[in-house]
Amino acid sequence: MALLEIKDLHVRVEDNEILHGLSLTVNEGEVHAIMGPNGSGKSTLSHVIAGKPDYEVTGGQILFNGEDLLAMQPDERAAKGVFLAFQYPVEIPGVATMTFLRTALNAQRKARGESELLTPAFLKKAYEVAARLNVPRDMLKRGVNVGFSGGEKKRNEILQMALFEPSLCILDEMDSGLDIDALRVAADGVNALRSPDRAMVVITHYQRLLNYVVPDFVHVMSKGRVVKSGGKELALELEASGYTQFEDAA
Amino acid sequence: MPAVQETVERVRRIDVDQYRYGFETLIESDKAPKGLSEDTVAFISAKKSEPAWMLEWRLEAYRRWLTMTEPKWARVNYPKIDYQDLYYYSAPKPKKQVTSLDEIDPEILKTYEKLGIPLREAEVLEGVVRKDGEDAPVERRIAVDAVFDSVSVATTFKEELKKAGVIFMPISEAIREHPELVKKYLGSVVPTSDNFFATLNSAVFSDGSFVYVPPGVRCPMELSTYFRINERNTGQFERTLIIADKGSYVSYLEGCTAPQRDENQLHAAVVELVALDDAEIKYSTVQNWYPGNSEGLGGIYNFVTKRGDCRGKNSKISWTQVETGSAITWKYPSCILRGDNSRGEFYSIAISNGFQQVDSGTKMLHLGKNTTSRIISKGIAAGRSQNTYRGLVTAHRKATGARNFTACDSLLIGDKCGAHTVPYVEAKNSSALFEHEATTSKISEDVLFYCTQRGLSQEEAVGLVVNGFVKDVLQQLPMEFAVEAQKLISISLEGSVG
Ligand SMILES: Nc1ncnc2c1ncn2[C@@H]1O[C@H](COP(=O)(O)OP(=O)(O)OP(=O)(O)O)[C@@H](O)[C@H]1O
Ligand SMILES: [Mg+2]
Repeated sequence: MALLEIKDLHVRVEDNEILHGLSLTVNEGEVHAIMGPNGSGKSTLSHVIAGKPDYEVTGGQILFNGEDLLAMQPDERAAKGVFLAFQYPVEIPGVATMTFLRTALNAQRKARGESELLTPAFLKKAYEVAARLNVPRDMLKRGVNVGFSGGEKKRNEILQMALFEPSLCILDEMDSGLDIDALRVAADGVNALRSPDRAMVVITHYQRLLNYVVPDFVHVMSKGRVVKSGGKELALELEASGYTQFEDAA
Repeated sequence: MPAVQETVERVRRIDVDQYRYGFETLIESDKAPKGLSEDTVAFISAKKSEPAWMLEWRLEAYRRWLTMTEPKWARVNYPKIDYQDLYYYSAPKPKKQVTSLDEIDPEILKTYEKLGIPLREAEVLEGVVRKDGEDAPVERRIAVDAVFDSVSVATTFKEELKKAGVIFMPISEAIREHPELVKKYLGSVVPTSDNFFATLNSAVFSDGSFVYVPPGVRCPMELSTYFRINERNTGQFERTLIIADKGSYVSYLEGCTAPQRDENQLHAAVVELVALDDAEIKYSTVQNWYPGNSEGLGGIYNFVTKRGDCRGKNSKISWTQVETGSAITWKYPSCILRGDNSRGEFYSIAISNGFQQVDSGTKMLHLGKNTTSRIISKGIAAGRSQNTYRGLVTAHRKATGARNFTACDSLLIGDKCGAHTVPYVEAKNSSALFEHEATTSKISEDVLFYCTQRGLSQEEAVGLVVNGFVKDVLQQLPMEFAVEAQKLISISLEGSVG
């Protein structure tokens, strides 16, 4: 059984159909890259998988470990192992990052029937992950993403991913806003999470990221559909020729 | 009941003059007759065995009240109150006895659980009396007032306070035992003629706290109604007077996070604070009176007058309030900054949900030189509620160098509620510096989605975001109280998002 199976997905936002019959299958252990022009629906896809309200699914289905993902609330999906690293992470003033991480992790554990992580155990784990990702402890004391630079926000997303250990990681443009060194650290963090029982969907505009996080498959999205799929060499091809060749195909 | 009727008749016949000589009455009735009259006032005064001067004081207030009209300027709507159709006094009586928590409303128990109040304490709070043979100490029966602990703990505290010279007792006792202090300060901050509700309170107040901290003494513990025994059903017309003498410090906690019900719909409390030279009073409130049902029926009308007088130089009064309950809240804890260099602070969290209406804020009256004040108000409106911040900051001609900083933030949850900010500023001298910031925002769908994507339920997400929003104010609360208040905030917003 595939970890994630999307079949003929149609999605509307405020009367506009944005995804027009998208299909994608992701198995455990695989890394898929999704590329495509601005506005082709990549973030929309990631939001629908994660369960963002305001999207109307008018057709098709999404199965996660064989279960109907669309029937679940966003928090149930999170507890089952769906993680989305946002293209634009939000700020939550007044809520210390540490508090947020602990509350979220324990909410997930509770939903799975696991025991709550007590503060000392949690701190140990959080500091360990933070050290691995070069995230200074100071940042964990600040309000969630408040006043963080673009790069720091992205690093905070990777940090959460490493802490929650999800089975499906969707990374929406994790490379945007990162300098070259930060990109390498973040990519190392992502690579460290690659495992036979975890899959990743990496949304990006640039081949550069895929030099660090090498995908098993590359998909091209255009106008709300996957118009071409291939191996990692497809990304190189795109880098050379751009998306114009797919505009008509879509 | 004929006995009651007879008592009522007797009270009616009593000539008020008799009270002048400390007339001691043997009125057995538990309830004053319905309605408000000089007889009712006399009845209450007699019930409390008050000296004649106190009765006179009450009667003067009552006569004044007859000439006054209910204020209408607040942004609250409620049916007309028939003041002759109310009871103004009912004797403290134990809660209805129940023998197990099974008899308590499951909704209330759920709230205890969410607040993290252990069931053992919930039993105490709800006045559960164990049957014979069950292992519960006998004093539990009367410990209902000492909310978080038993009588013995409260007694230990009393000893310690006595050593420090701090007077902390029901105001009814203080009227008898410390008449010189009460006479000097009662009504000196909120005069009997102040406003309709305060004047009503002056005529009929039932009980409340009295605190006196002698010069130079730092009160050795937080004073709290939790630890005051012998106080039942004083919620309706509570009267509190706190005096911090020169160079002293006291922190006072009022209310509790546990849900509070009361058969009396109308509440009109008065709190007066007096800080002399170099003294500091910190007054914290958590108000969680019954807000009414989901259709907006029932619920307490809370018309409160709270005022602090920074009478001495370098004195400081700080109000912190967490208001989550009541159908109607009309409340403006204020500071008169009379002493030079005195400082007033107001930190407020006001949450309204369902059909609640809140009109709350503060007044900072700068009279002395170089006086400073700070106002941080966080209003959260959800459901179909209306939440108004109303504030007044003034500087007198002589208040040179007066400074105020005001920040009013409102957060809206959903689109059927309203948040309003009504700030008044008057500076009568050019050296006053008043700053005002105000924001109104809606709880963002993107933020809620971010939180739920990380595993929080919708309600947990709202609770977390709101707690972040009010953090600056929560930090002003004493530690243990802050933790409870944080949970209370999440609970009061339940059902506020679809
Ligand atoms: N709430 C909305 N209302 C109307 N249109 C929307 C809404 N949200 C997204 N869209 C539209 O859907 C389309 C797909 O947007 P989406 O953000 O998924 O693109 P993307 O592939 O992630 O683009 P980018 O590479 O720029 O991040 C765009 O045309 C966008 O304007
Ligand atoms: Mg996008």
